[in-house]
Amino acid sequence: MVLCTMIKLFKVKEKQRELAESANGKPPGKKQSAGELRLHKDISELNLPKTCSISFPNGKDDLMNFEVTIRPDEGYYLGGTFVFSFQISPIYPHEAPKVKCKTKVYHPNIDLEGNVCLNILREDWKPVLNINTIIYGLYHLFTEPNHEDPLNHDAAAVLRDNPKMFESNVRRAMAGGKGQKAVHLRSSIYQSFCYKFETPPNFTGTDVTGKQKAVCQLSQ
Amino acid sequence: MEVSKARSAGAESSDLGIAESPADQETSTSSSSGPATLLARTLSPVQKLLFQLVESKLSRPITERRHKRICESFGGGAGGLGCELLKDLALTGFKYLDVIDMDRIEVTNLNRQFLFRLEDVGKPKAEVAAKRVMERVNGVNITPHFCRIEDKSLDFYSDFSIIVLGLDSVEARSYINAVACGFLEYDSEDNPREETVKPMVDGGTEGFKGHARIIVPGTTPCFECTIWLFPPQVKFPLCTLAETPRTAAHCIEYAHLIKWNEVHGSRSFDPDSPEDMQWVYSEAVKRAELFGIPGVTYSFTQGVVKNIIPAIASTNAIISAACALETLKIVSGCSKTLSNYLTYNGVEGLHTKVTEFVRDKDCLVCGPGVLIELEKSVTLKKVRLCFFLQLYSYNSYTFIAVILTVAGHLRFTYAVQQFIDLLEDHPRLLLTRVSVTHRGKNLYMQAPPVLEEMTRSNLDLPLFELMGGVAKDVIHVNGMAGKGDKKQSCLRKLRVVFRGVDVIADIDMAGGA
Repeated sequence: MVLCTMIKLFKVKEKQRELAESANGKPPGKKQSAGELRLHKDISELNLPKTCSISFPNGKDDLMNFEVTIRPDEGYYLGGTFVFSFQISPIYPHEAPKVKCKTKVYHPNIDLEGNVCLNILREDWKPVLNINTIIYGLYHLFTEPNHEDPLNHDAAAVLRDNPKMFESNVRRAMAGGKGQKAVHLRSSIYQSFCYKFETPPNFTGTDVTGKQKAVCQLSQ
Repeated sequence: MEVSKARSAGAESSDLGIAESPADQETSTSSSSGPATLLARTLSPVQKLLFQLVESKLSRPITERRHKRICESFGGGAGGLGCELLKDLALTGFKYLDVIDMDRIEVTNLNRQFLFRLEDVGKPKAEVAAKRVMERVNGVNITPHFCRIEDKSLDFYSDFSIIVLGLDSVEARSYINAVACGFLEYDSEDNPREETVKPMVDGGTEGFKGHARIIVPGTTPCFECTIWLFPPQVKFPLCTLAETPRTAAHCIEYAHLIKWNEVHGSRSFDPDSPEDMQWVYSEAVKRAELFGIPGVTYSFTQGVVKNIIPAIASTNAIISAACALETLKIVSGCSKTLSNYLTYNGVEGLHTKVTEFVRDKDCLVCGPGVLIELEKSVTLKKVRLCFFLQLYSYNSYTFIAVILTVAGHLRFTYAVQQFIDLLEDHPRLLLTRVSVTHRGKNLYMQAPPVLEEMTRSNLDLPLFELMGGVAKDVIHVNGMAGKGDKKQSCLRKLRVVFRGVDVIADIDMAGGA
C-alpha cells in the first residue's frame, strides 16, 4: 500500500511543480503551530474568577505572551494587585508556560526575582492542564500561601512561626508596592526594606529606625 | 569500490532518460549494469521492475536535482546521528543531499562524530561534514546549510523528495513536521493527494536507546499525532532548588535558574558562552559545598544546563543504518517499508520492537480537516451590506432575497447563512461558542471579553476578505461540539474553499480525485 503510494508519488511530482508554479499567491501569515492552536483554544475557553483578569500587551494576534492580574478578595493579600507574565512555548502543551511575577511581593512561594514555586508550573505539569488551571493555581497561592515549600525562606519562616507578623509584613509590603498610600516610599528606602524582611521583630522592638516607623504608620 | 563503480554505471544509463513505459523498463532490466542488478538477485520480478524504474531516477543528471535532493538535518546532541546518516545516505547512492546544522564543532563531539577532526573545532558542522563525505564518496553532491531549520523558507523544503531527520529536540521535530505536513493537501474525498506527500524519516538516540520511524503525511501518523510518546522533560521544583537541594543537579539548576537572575538581572544566560557556564559552575560548587553535596563538575554542569544526553556512537550507527535503509526503500519502492515506528533498547539485554501507530484522524497538523465550501460574500457572523431586505427566516437560516448594492445593481443571492452559524448546523461539527483563527490572526474570539471586544468588528466582514482573498485555505475553529449533555470542547481544522474564485483549485480537485 505504502509502496504503491510512493511510486505514484514520484510520478506525479512533476505535475505538482507545474501546478505550484502557476498557482496564485499564498495567503499572508505563517502557519500556526499545534501549540499556538491549542493555546488559542485554552484562551477562548478561559473561565476566570472575578478576581483575575487577562490582558494581551501585543494585541489580539499574539496570544503567546500575555499578562494575568490577580486581585485577591480574601486572605492575607486582600486588596493587593499582582501581575504575572506568561510566556508560552511553541510546543505548548508539551512544555509548561513560563510564568513570572512582575509585582514585587512578600510571599513564601514567590521570590523577589518573580520566580514562582507552583508545582504545576514545573514538576507536575501535564499536557491535560491548561492556562485556566495555572491561573487558578496562582490565585490559590494568594489565598493559601504555603510555608512548606518556600522560595522566599524568610517569609515562609515568619508565616510558620508568627502568622500575625506575617500578615502585617504583607500589609506593609503591599502598601509600599502599590505606591498609593506611600508614594514617596517607592524609594531606595522601601526597596532595601522590602529585600530585608527579617524574621526578628523589626517593627515591634526598640530598634525601629525613624524611617521604618514612618513606613509602619503610613501603611496603617 | 564495487559500489562506486556501480553507481557511475547507473549515472550513464540515466542519461538515456527515465520512466518510459513499463515494458521498456522490463527489457532494460536485463541489460543494465546498475546497482539494481546487484540487488536484483534477491528481488521478485515486480520489485525488480520497480527498483529499476526508480534507480534510474536516482541517478538523473544535475539539471533534475530538485527532484532528488534529500534534506537531512542534524543538530546539537544528535550531531552523531547526523554524521552517520550523511555517510550512510551518500554510500547508499543518493547523489544530491542537503544538510542543515546550526552548530559549530566542539571538542566533545570528536569521540563519535567521526567526520570531524581536531583542527575542525569551531567550524560549522554542516560544512565540514559535507566536505568530508564528498571527499570520500565519489559523485555525491552535498550542499551544506549553516543555519537553523527555521531560517529556511517553505520553498526550500518543498524542493526535496524526502526529508531525513537527525534532530535533537521535540521543538525542531515538531517544526519540521509541521512544514512537511503543511505541503499535504487532500482531495474532496479526504484522501491525501499523492503529489503533495512529503515523507520523512526520523531517527533519535539516547544512550543505549534509539528509535527510527517513517512519517508519510496523510498515511502514517505524523509527529504531532504521537507527541504523547515523548515524556515531559524532568524539571525540579523551584522550592527544592532554593531550599532543600539533595543532588548535584539541584545545585547546578539553582545557580542556573535562580542565582543567575538574582545577580545578572535581565541579561539571559547564554549556554554557548564559556564564561557564563563557568560562572554557573562556580556558583554550583559553592552551593554544593554549603549543603555537603558531592558530584558537581564542569562537564556535569554543561550536561544539566544544556540538557545533554549521553551519546553512544554505535547506537547512532544502528539507528542511522535503519533510517538510511528506510529512506532508500521509500524513495526506490524496492521493498515494503517499516510500519511505522522502530524502537531499539539496549539498556538491559537487547529489545527491538516495531509498533504500528495509528493516525489521529483529527490531527490538526496532518489531518484532512472538514471541507467547507462557501460563497465569497459569507461574512463571519453578521449579515452585511448597507441595505438589505430580509423577507423571512426559517430554521435559523437567514434568507436574504434581494440585496441592493451601493452601486444600485440588483443582485439575487440565496440562503446566505453566515459562517459561524453554519458551523453550528454542520453535521460533522455542531459547534457552538465558536472562535476562529487563520494563520496566526485571530478572526474572532468569543472569550475572554478583552479579546472578544478586539475581534468583534470582524464579524461584519466577509470571510473571503479576512482570509486575504485566497481561493482556499485552512482555518481553525474551536468551541463546544455536540448536542445537549454530550457537549465537549474541541478544536477543529477546516478547509475552506470559496466557490467560483480559482479555476486552478477546481482542476486540482478533479486531478486528485
